[in-house]
Amino acid sequence: MSLLLENVKKSYREPNGKPLPVLGIERYELTQGEQAALVGSSGGGKTTLLNVVAGILTPDSGKVTISGTEIAQLPEVVRDRFRAEKIGFVFQTFNLLPGFTALENVLLGMTFSRGKTDRGFAESLLDRVGLGGRRHHLPGRMSVGEQQRVSVARSLANRPALLLADEPTANVDPANQDLILNLIRDTCHENKVTLLMVTHDMDVAGKFDRVDRLQEFNRPDGVSQESVA
Amino acid sequence: MNLVAIAWKSICQRGLASCLTGVSVALGVMLMVVVLVISGAVRSAFNQNTIAYDLVVGHQRGGELALVLSAVYRVQPASENLPYLYYKQLQEDRRVVSAVPMAFGDVTQEGHFPLVGTTAEYFENDYTPGKKFLVRGNQITGHFDAIIGSEVARKNNWDIGSQFQIIHGGADGTHVHHEMFTVVSVIKQTGTPNDRTVFVNIEGFYAIEGHETPLNEVEDRLKKFYASDPERLEFALKQIEEAKKHAADEGSHDDGHHHHHETPDAAKEVTAVLVRTRPDHHFDAINLSAELKEGYQAMAVNPMNSIRKLMTDVLGNIEMGLLILTAMIILVSGISIFVSIYNSMSDRKREIGIMRALGARRGSVFGIVLTESIVLCVGGGIVGWLVGHGLAIAAAPTVVERTGLLLDPWTLDPMELILFPVLLGLAAIVGFLPAMTAYRTDVADALAG
Repeated sequence: MSLLLENVKKSYREPNGKPLPVLGIERYELTQGEQAALVGSSGGGKTTLLNVVAGILTPDSGKVTISGTEIAQLPEVVRDRFRAEKIGFVFQTFNLLPGFTALENVLLGMTFSRGKTDRGFAESLLDRVGLGGRRHHLPGRMSVGEQQRVSVARSLANRPALLLADEPTANVDPANQDLILNLIRDTCHENKVTLLMVTHDMDVAGKFDRVDRLQEFNRPDGVSQESVA
Repeated sequence: MNLVAIAWKSICQRGLASCLTGVSVALGVMLMVVVLVISGAVRSAFNQNTIAYDLVVGHQRGGELALVLSAVYRVQPASENLPYLYYKQLQEDRRVVSAVPMAFGDVTQEGHFPLVGTTAEYFENDYTPGKKFLVRGNQITGHFDAIIGSEVARKNNWDIGSQFQIIHGGADGTHVHHEMFTVVSVIKQTGTPNDRTVFVNIEGFYAIEGHETPLNEVEDRLKKFYASDPERLEFALKQIEEAKKHAADEGSHDDGHHHHHETPDAAKEVTAVLVRTRPDHHFDAINLSAELKEGYQAMAVNPMNSIRKLMTDVLGNIEMGLLILTAMIILVSGISIFVSIYNSMSDRKREIGIMRALGARRGSVFGIVLTESIVLCVGGGIVGWLVGHGLAIAAAPTVVERTGLLLDPWTLDPMELILFPVLLGLAAIVGFLPAMTAYRTDVADALAG
């Protein structure tokens, strides 16, 4: 699945009512199956960019096109379904539901896309991330690294074509960092999933063939002079 | 996983709060069921179907309801009496299929159960439409034989062969009659006032010392009663004259002993007469009732009308009051569900954001929160309904024992049928606002928070 951002602008509103520009991207593109690390400083608009790509936020202007579908133009209900079916999300803080077991957290992602769940596939995903024996454990009973692995399994539950990862290793100890990173990259590679990972950590980004620096093409106050493809 | 399973997970996550709110709904519904079962039993006890007679005839003095309460339900002291001749007169009326005399006023010394003097016809007739008395034992043959209701037997621990004495009714409620009555039969439980009644032969009732009214007094009453019917009055007074003569003869050779002799019909009195008119002649009862009002100092009451009035005016209001109270409890429970879910919304903002990020539509998260409200409300309602009926089943024997009220825990009151749609509506109302909060949750904001 390819991703293309064109002239995307997004700003928030400050408490005094003034607009606070966050994104100003002339062009950013990923081809199908490509894996890219997007590096940016804290508060630099990384998460906003992922939310815009996922259709959680709509840009003030510009186009976000995923495999030919301009996501911001879709009605909200269709956009939600599109996100559920085509986009996987790995969060920095895992965002597992505390009352649901590892398996249920994975199944939850399926519930909102197809309406029915594939328990066998969910279990195979947990096996794949090395948590086959802990599928009935609640997140609170798992280590931070294990929780993030559940989160990775959940992000792949709907066989997405695009995986968005928001600092997936930021809260994980160094031993688990490589494990999780390799897991995400290998699974995406095996399934030809396009991967966009944002991070502030250059060491993490360095493991990717393609590393983009957000500040180089993001000009919130004006259109950037540089486009990335 | 489906939305109900997700909602259930969320309920379990807030275990204590969910439990308490569910219990409060259950409590409200349980109370409502108990009120409905009890009021159903009261209604059934006073129901028109418990009386297989079209009219209750009594003296004009005293209200209609008082007559029914004393003659049918035996919960009120007897009013003034009617001449026995008048009962015979009713018996001869072509419109009357059955006329059963009743004489009462006394109670048993033990247990203070009402004593009713009547004829065998009372037991030959249905006690309630389509239901005959089932009696264990022998027929009444002697004057002081008695048939007792099931509750009398149980409470006083009496059986065939038991002997007892009675207390004279009226203002002087302490005089114990010396006559000894013997139980010859026991009636199987009917769920009616008959269960707590002692029946004796009406002739035996007259034979009780002190039950004879002085002849002069009887004469005065007959004159008043038959004021508009000189022919019958003359017939009655002739009998009284003869009785007076007989008494005078007896007095002239008094040997100091009480002589038992047959009381003339004119000197006898009954407290009430139960009348059954011809079937398929619907106006018989109405016509008879109208005639009685004009001709004699008697009145004929349709027991159904009186009871219906009692049900509507008194019991209906009490029942309504209790139902309003239980409805208020359910409403308060509903509000507690609202408070519980609404308060949890700020904690669950992130969860909702996660679900939305995973692709849940606004409608889905709205549905999840609304389902929670419905599960708590309807689930609590089902538990309350089951516990309510369970309590009724458990309490039925004790209630019968203490009050004589037959509880039927399996009878569904029509109100119960609308209970669950109402609970569903309540759940939708109290769940709507929290569900809207979920619906409006800003995903990016929720995930960032």
